[in-house]
Amino acid sequence: MIKLERLTKIYETPVRKVVAADHIDMEVPTGEICVLLGPSGCGKTTTLKMVNRIVTPTGGRVLIDGQDTTDIPTVELRRKIGYVIQQIGLFPNMTVEENICVVPRLLGWDAAKARRRAAELLELTALDPATFLKRYPKELSGGQQQRVGVARALAADPPVMLMDEPFGAIDPINRAAIQDEFLKLQEKLHKTILFVSHDIDEAVKMGDKIAIFRAGRLEQIDSPDNVLAHPAQPFIADFVGADRTIKRLGLIRVADAMTSDAPVLSLGADPVLAQAMLHESGAAALVIVTPEGKPHGFMTAASSFGPGSTCGHASTPIAASVSVAADLRTAVSRMFENDVEWLSCVDDEGRHVGALEMRRIRHLLGRTYEAGGRA
Amino acid sequence: MNDRPVSGRAMGCVGSKVGEWLLWGAIIAVALGVLRWIDLPEMLRRYGGDIVHLAVQHLGLAALSGGLAILVGIPVGIILSRPSFAKISEPGARVLTIGSTIPSLAILALSMSWLGIGTPPAVFALWAVTLLPIVRNTMAGLRGVDPYLLEAGRGMGMTPMQLLVRVELPNAMYVLLAGVRTALAINVGTVPMAFLIGGGGLGELIFTGIDLNEPAMMLAGAIPTAGLAVLVDFSLGLIAYYLVPRGVNPLR
Repeated sequence: MIKLERLTKIYETPVRKVVAADHIDMEVPTGEICVLLGPSGCGKTTTLKMVNRIVTPTGGRVLIDGQDTTDIPTVELRRKIGYVIQQIGLFPNMTVEENICVVPRLLGWDAAKARRRAAELLELTALDPATFLKRYPKELSGGQQQRVGVARALAADPPVMLMDEPFGAIDPINRAAIQDEFLKLQEKLHKTILFVSHDIDEAVKMGDKIAIFRAGRLEQIDSPDNVLAHPAQPFIADFVGADRTIKRLGLIRVADAMTSDAPVLSLGADPVLAQAMLHESGAAALVIVTPEGKPHGFMTAASSFGPGSTCGHASTPIAASVSVAADLRTAVSRMFENDVEWLSCVDDEGRHVGALEMRRIRHLLGRTYEAGGRA
Repeated sequence: MNDRPVSGRAMGCVGSKVGEWLLWGAIIAVALGVLRWIDLPEMLRRYGGDIVHLAVQHLGLAALSGGLAILVGIPVGIILSRPSFAKISEPGARVLTIGSTIPSLAILALSMSWLGIGTPPAVFALWAVTLLPIVRNTMAGLRGVDPYLLEAGRGMGMTPMQLLVRVELPNAMYVLLAGVRTALAINVGTVPMAFLIGGGGLGELIFTGIDLNEPAMMLAGAIPTAGLAVLVDFSLGLIAYYLVPRGVNPLR
């Protein structure tokens, strides 16, 4: 757990005092990522760098797992905190392996143990150890370099990590990939992470909590959904964007929004039965599935069928489906693409497990506003 | 992804090859010109003993003054580049730049007026001439290290000394050694002037040859001096090639 108490940084210039961070109080529970978000010059980076004392606080204190870090010698403190910066800062005179081994060596690990750790970490960050251990940083692409940067920060298995716009300098396609990898890694590692970003989309994706800064003050700290749904101030509402409700779609999984209790019928079932079930449930459509459980088509009250035909013949083919693991942003995008009101939701094997309707999504997002918001 | 560095390295090789050929061409042309003018076997017979004796003396002067300049210059350059010396490093660098514009001959004269004649003033003057480029390049090399490398190192918990030894010096090594190489080439080339204040060395043949209007004697001093300068520069180039870490060595 990282806890900041009245953490303050004041720069004295000859002309005036500049308050870079003004009595910041916040807490990041163990295993969570807290994204510090705000425009440049808002104090987010200053706040981050006070945790490992790259910036010396003017006042207040930092507690890690309940221990006041003020009394820990600076060098010792920093070796216990993983640090990743936007410029990556891999040492060009060292191989990838030597770069990763820096902190373990500072901590006095023996060489063999440090090298094993380096190989293990490359594997973890999706780089092949045999290929990359002996390379020099200049022989890597930007994305590969930052993966090594992350591996290096994780080398001594620090419980706490500070990440200063770590993926900011990477092209958008690689950035998305490396963000996904990092989140997967975090599921295994449960590090407590302070993560600086100026990108609201990245913050929504990466953060368990988002802390919004302006002019040296912490203005709101909340879950991504609450920041988007209930920005505490007009400034925050502007900052998170006029399309903030659309952004909330990215936070909800299809699995959590779909209706899974709607009835389905097999290919060979009698269409008359289908019409009766539609009438009874009031649902707009009934999904017809193959013997393997895959969505085949759907029937509505308007579907016509001749005598003796089956549901398989009478149904209209399904235009679009979505994976239950996807988020609602993907689902809505697919609905717009296909001009449909609902989607079949499929699991990893492609089996139909539920349906997702547009009105359900509208309701899910709108509910929080109908309640009159939070205090 | 590998293409760029590889072709870059190949280009570097071609570039340095061309330079090398040009250099050898020039040396051979000069040598041919000289051989038409003087009788080489006759020169060696008359001055061979002097050349060996004076070349040893010459190298001794260069090694002593150059060695002392390295021993003093690199630490001074390091100290001047420390953040706690930021206040004096700017004026310090300016003094060094002005200092390096003073001609070697003037430094020798100043040194003589203070220390008299003989080897000590010659070594001191050569030391002073050599020192400046070493200090300047050490500072330039260390200042040129990407500040984000320093932040990364500090953030990982390196002490200032660890940062210096593991990050700053290896990354500054290429520029630093270029300074040493230039400085020692200047040094070896300046040693002949040491003769003027009684320091000995191959200058004895050069200046006496000029005074007696005896070209063979002058060249018996000048050719070995040039040869030594090229040899020193070449060996330092070789040392730099192996001493600069591979990741930051543009030659490898």
